Amino acid sequence: MFIVKYIKEVYSAIKSLLVGMKRTGYYFTHHKEIITEEYPDNRHTMVLPDRFKGEVVMPHNEKNEHRCTGCTACELACPNGTIKVITKFDITAEGKKKKAIDKLVYHLELCTMCNLCIIACPSDAIVMAQTFEHSVFDRSKLTKVLNNPDSKIMEGIE
Amino acid sequence: MTEEIGTTADGDLIINVGPQHPATHGVLHLVITLNGETIKKVEPHLGYIHRSIEKMCESLTYRQFSYVTSRMDYLSSHINNHACALIVEKGLQVEVPARAKYVRVILDELTRIASHELWWGAMAMDLGAFTPFFHAFRERESINDIMEETCGARLTMNYIVPGGLMQDIHPNFQKRVKDFISLYKSKIDEYDELVTGNIIFQNRMKGVGFISAEDAISFGMSGPAARGSGVNCDIRKLYPYGIYNQVQFDQVLETAGDSFARYMVRIREMKQSVSIIEQLIDNIPEGEFLAKTKVVLKLPKGEFYTRVETARGELGVYIVSEGATTPYRIKFRSPGFSNLSALDTMARGSKLGDLVAMMGTLDLVIPDIDR
Repeated sequence: MFIVKYIKEVYSAIKSLLVGMKRTGYYFTHHKEIITEEYPDNRHTMVLPDRFKGEVVMPHNEKNEHRCTGCTACELACPNGTIKVITKFDITAEGKKKKAIDKLVYHLELCTMCNLCIIACPSDAIVMAQTFEHSVFDRSKLTKVLNNPDSKIMEGIE
Repeated sequence: MTEEIGTTADGDLIINVGPQHPATHGVLHLVITLNGETIKKVEPHLGYIHRSIEKMCESLTYRQFSYVTSRMDYLSSHINNHACALIVEKGLQVEVPARAKYVRVILDELTRIASHELWWGAMAMDLGAFTPFFHAFRERESINDIMEETCGARLTMNYIVPGGLMQDIHPNFQKRVKDFISLYKSKIDEYDELVTGNIIFQNRMKGVGFISAEDAISFGMSGPAARGSGVNCDIRKLYPYGIYNQVQFDQVLETAGDSFARYMVRIREMKQSVSIIEQLIDNIPEGEFLAKTKVVLKLPKGEFYTRVETARGELGVYIVSEGATTPYRIKFRSPGFSNLSALDTMARGSKLGDLVAMMGTLDLVIPDIDR
């Protein structure tokens, strides 16, 4: 019968719509299951995982010493030419020449956070920081020197 | 090439969809010849997001080139990286530790779920339903959090490297994946309630965008789009890589060949991915996560090809090596390009409004098509 089929179709169509509306209504009345974070307001309490790849930094200890030997392993590992190691020669106490870094220049605007420099570093001198708000008004501010001014290499790192 | 403006000699109207159009999810440009509301011809114009990734890879070493492939099909970046790692391991004949193999497959399947989630939400939004998008992104967010904790990034991970994994898995990884799976199993039925059973949705999908199995094969379609036409093309079953030969799962096949069949393939595939993860997550073996390789990798002279099943279909990586540290020539066979080529055959004779449903069920990711 055409009319029975027609009424059945109308009934199942209305039922399918009501099932969907029931699900929407459930979330409309259950606010606790909403997981949205109000980002700019929660930035003080927000915690990013410690592996998050934000930008490359060089940690220094309290005596302003870093672990970088200037071996350029990171520069060779980088696919984009993000890191540039500028070396100099220090004169040690015995009067010998020793290779050390003058500047480790890091171009944040070229970096793709691929982590290849971090795993290439033999002395764990560079790590990824958990920062992510990188916007600046001037492009030149994205070019950073990672080692602090007048910093030295730590004792015992070769 | 069709003119991009005006009318043809037969009086048919030519309209442009894209390159900036909300339903194309990227810079896809379709030049459509219309007779009234009926589509006579669809011609995709590509090149808006071409970054010459294949050429770039020729100047990158075998350790470096996989990061670029995360930017091809950004929704299955783990699987792309997996393909790149597999081809280097094949060339160097490196045996990957079992732990790395397990974690790779778990991450691949999580990526597949996340990708299908986004497809589901975005496609429902194209068809006029806004709520499913938020439901899909809620679950996808949990996967992204797992990825962020273990891999350090949410979309472009670069976590799978030649020889194994970049770092060991995070101590919380297993617990969080299990939490996600138990949560997800209850949520996936909501999708059927919200969208699959909906009468408006079904009427817009059933019988729309039909493509036969013969046409699907001749266009080189792969992945869920081809399996909706009943083509047996799951690379995980046909050419198992990783540990896919040790897990139990079904190749999802539908035979109708229309948009609704392609939709159902993806919905059922998500459930299969859940079952694969469940089989593996408790059995991750202890041990090394990275095989010992040389500092500078050099593939022997010759040609290499591997294929993997991404969320969209078969991704093939072809490398010609001259024995140097960089590939001589590299070619990616991307699933999206072949799937898009079938759109013209699918769309001819149907109405303009149905084109959105067809594009939605093809699951086009434009950076994958254009590379």
